[in-house]
Amino acid sequence: MAEQARISAQNLDLYYGAFRALRSISLDIAEHRVTALIGPSGCGKSSFLRTLNRMNDLVQGARVQGKILLDGKDIYAPDVDVVLLRKRIGMVFQRPNPFPMSIYDNVAYGPRIHGESNKRVLDELVESSLKGAALWDEVKDRLSKSALGLSGGQQQRLCIARSLAVKPEVLLMDEPASALDPISTSKIEDLIRDLRETYTIVIVTHNMQQAARISDFTAFFLSGELVEYGSTGAMFTNPKDQRTEDYITGRFG
Amino acid sequence: MLNRAYVSDKAARYLLWASAAAVTLTIVAILIFVGKEGLLTFADVNPFAFFFSPEWDPPQGHFGALPFFVGSITATLIALLLGGPLGLACAIFMAKVSPGWMRSVMRQASNLFVGIPSVVYGYIGMTVLVPWSRETFGGQGVGVLVAGMILAVMILPTITTVAEDAIRDVPGPLEEGALGLGATRWQTIWGVLLPAARPRILAGVILAFARAFGETTAVQMVIGNAPRLVPGLTSGTSTLTSQIIMEMGQTPPGSPWNRALFMMAFGLVVNSMLMILLVRWVSNRGVAK
Repeated sequence: MAEQARISAQNLDLYYGAFRALRSISLDIAEHRVTALIGPSGCGKSSFLRTLNRMNDLVQGARVQGKILLDGKDIYAPDVDVVLLRKRIGMVFQRPNPFPMSIYDNVAYGPRIHGESNKRVLDELVESSLKGAALWDEVKDRLSKSALGLSGGQQQRLCIARSLAVKPEVLLMDEPASALDPISTSKIEDLIRDLRETYTIVIVTHNMQQAARISDFTAFFLSGELVEYGSTGAMFTNPKDQRTEDYITGRFG
Repeated sequence: MLNRAYVSDKAARYLLWASAAAVTLTIVAILIFVGKEGLLTFADVNPFAFFFSPEWDPPQGHFGALPFFVGSITATLIALLLGGPLGLACAIFMAKVSPGWMRSVMRQASNLFVGIPSVVYGYIGMTVLVPWSRETFGGQGVGVLVAGMILAVMILPTITTVAEDAIRDVPGPLEEGALGLGATRWQTIWGVLLPAARPRILAGVILAFARAFGETTAVQMVIGNAPRLVPGLTSGTSTLTSQIIMEMGQTPPGSPWNRALFMMAFGLVVNSMLMILLVRWVSNRGVAK
């Protein structure tokens, strides 16, 4: 791939106990691009996403072999600070998961745990993050209200703002729009296109139109294997592998 | 059409209704009886003196119950102060830190704590804690400190189990959300899990308060049973429950003394009802939010 790789997975295997969830995945993720991971349920795309910020560390019995390089350094090396890694690689989850606190405190949570206590700095971060997530205008008058009072789409954009507030370099999104209505979904998609300017984005999606609309590169996973990977345009118009074609034309999945 | 199934269905329904009515009536009857006997105190005793006078000397006509209210509240607060943080720490450990086998051992131990009769707690207090308190702090040894310590152990299972369940029931995605932002395990527990579990933890603390406030035997064995306003942490005093159990048997029914004890009992009942309302309020607020 001609683009500069920000993250590079090399012969990555993931086991849950004896089950091999990922089989020798090698894949480069380009900087300032949107990379979509697609495939049927259980194909390993979410598992792969969660290896990128070591979220699988939490799963009992999960074990990784191979390497994932971030800027050339293996994130599974023993001297890696997982906390720092997750600060650099933010994550947005499938279902909006705002904390049970005010909108302001949700966004300020990340900066605060990383030691920022200056009120003015926090105010600015909250504002810029909410603007970055295209939510500022809707919530600027009720920042002190509970985040749980927002609609699902607003909550998800709040979660994106919360991730942006720690100034990550990479943003992982695990089906961020799958629990949302079509209007909220299109807002999130617009947002992802904007965020691409600043962040490297990896997104898991079930929705192939969504992958086609927002991503620059697409990786097709099947049964824990990476079947095909390339530019989104080429993949959707002219897939090289028969299985990819079957999947994107809706013959299975 | 009358048939056998229809009749037995009807019968079962009436039986259940009757059971429910019997239980409700019993509770209402207790309330009315205790309340009536208690409130009749004020035919002979000035209500202000009852609630605010520290002088309890029924043969001389002094019915100041303040020492017992203060004694009960003090012992209970000490119990919460000691048992609350410890119980919460145990709950966090069990829910988020300990390996599975250890958790189940602690659960069992916790259940065992509940099953131990309160007279055993009182006995341990009498033979171990009272002498310890006497040697360490001087004075008589008996008093609210030892009572509070015993109560702290007794409420530990309530706080631990309720708080542990509350923490475990916080949705996993919340925890992942915090960890995904680069929070450490401790920051996640303190900043996200505990706030999310707070309504239920509070409900557990209130239940524990009610339990400690109403405990009788164990307290009576270590409190000293001196009807005077709490003179210090390690000097004899008395509580509502211990005073009732000490004196109820020796008072003639219908006498002002007897009624004053009923009034104290009514205070205990009212306290439990308030606690139940408080629990409901706290947990509903948690849901609505």
